[in-house]
Amino acid sequence: MSTSTTKSAFREGLLTGLPFILVGVPFAVLFGLVATEAGMSVAQVISFSTVVFAGASQLTALQMMNEAAPVWVVIATAMAVNLRMAMYSASLQPHLGAAPLWQRALIAYINVDASYAISIQKYEAAPEMSVPQRVAYFVGTIIVMAPLWVIGSYVGAVAGGALPESIALDFAMPILFLAVVAPMVKTLAHLAAAVTSVVAAMAFSFLPSGIGILFAAFLAMAVGAEIERRRAL
Amino acid sequence: MTYSNTEIWTIIGVMAVATYLVRFSFLGLVGNRKMPDWVLRHLRYTPVAVIPGLIAPLVVWPDATGGETDPVRLVAALATVTVAWWRGNMLWGAFAGATTFGILTWLT
Repeated sequence: MSTSTTKSAFREGLLTGLPFILVGVPFAVLFGLVATEAGMSVAQVISFSTVVFAGASQLTALQMMNEAAPVWVVIATAMAVNLRMAMYSASLQPHLGAAPLWQRALIAYINVDASYAISIQKYEAAPEMSVPQRVAYFVGTIIVMAPLWVIGSYVGAVAGGALPESIALDFAMPILFLAVVAPMVKTLAHLAAAVTSVVAAMAFSFLPSGIGILFAAFLAMAVGAEIERRRAL
Repeated sequence: MTYSNTEIWTIIGVMAVATYLVRFSFLGLVGNRKMPDWVLRHLRYTPVAVIPGLIAPLVVWPDATGGETDPVRLVAALATVTVAWWRGNMLWGAFAGATTFGILTWLT
């Protein structure tokens, strides 16, 4: 496979990932702001965003800290929010398992909702992609957002209250993720899984953050797989 | 805030390692071995099983309205899904959803 096609996969991933900056940057700034208000130093805010690199769980940790929870409760609650990423990891394995270990190790670090959702829809839509192309595409989806995530956290931490109230960008995230996932609904089994996911996630929303979505996702995967199995019989 | 510096660094450090291990797990350890068919059959549904459930509460009970269901957001979400599915394209869907949201917010 030629270098140029790997490059074009990277470029395509990069372009597809760009709209997610609209979501990621305000989120990063908000995180930095809330973290400083919760008493973290600027160094701690930057380290948190760099080494954990998982916004929803970082905000969850802050919420628990604001409630003065014990350290282990803060960690456990925030980690529950990240458990869905084990599913992302498993779901990527058939597509990326053949990549060298260092590349898989890198992708593990940058495997977030956006990079995962954008990349997996691409892998499904274009099964002819080579493994290096898939890796390049994945890296492309997040390469702009990753530094902005850390910079945004820093800006939120230092500029804090000086920032204007953001406009109604809160709805950008639902719109972008729905737009990524909708074209992936190709069969009745996909549709049933998606509907199960929505209904179950809302029904389980009384559970601690991150736990409900795990149960909902297991249920939805089982529904999808079972329908596929029966239709194949 | 009642946490010492050591406690904050502990939270950051433990979360960093644990988050990385969660993300590395299957991708890193299974590597190029083929997983059983029944596992693969389930994994094919991961994106449609996780993302809709992750997003649905944000659409139905948005923070911006204090958790109150907002018809504008429901319609905009529906427009996003319909157009993205129909065109098979994320950007068209996002554009339709954002436009619908903008127009309806301006009208109401």
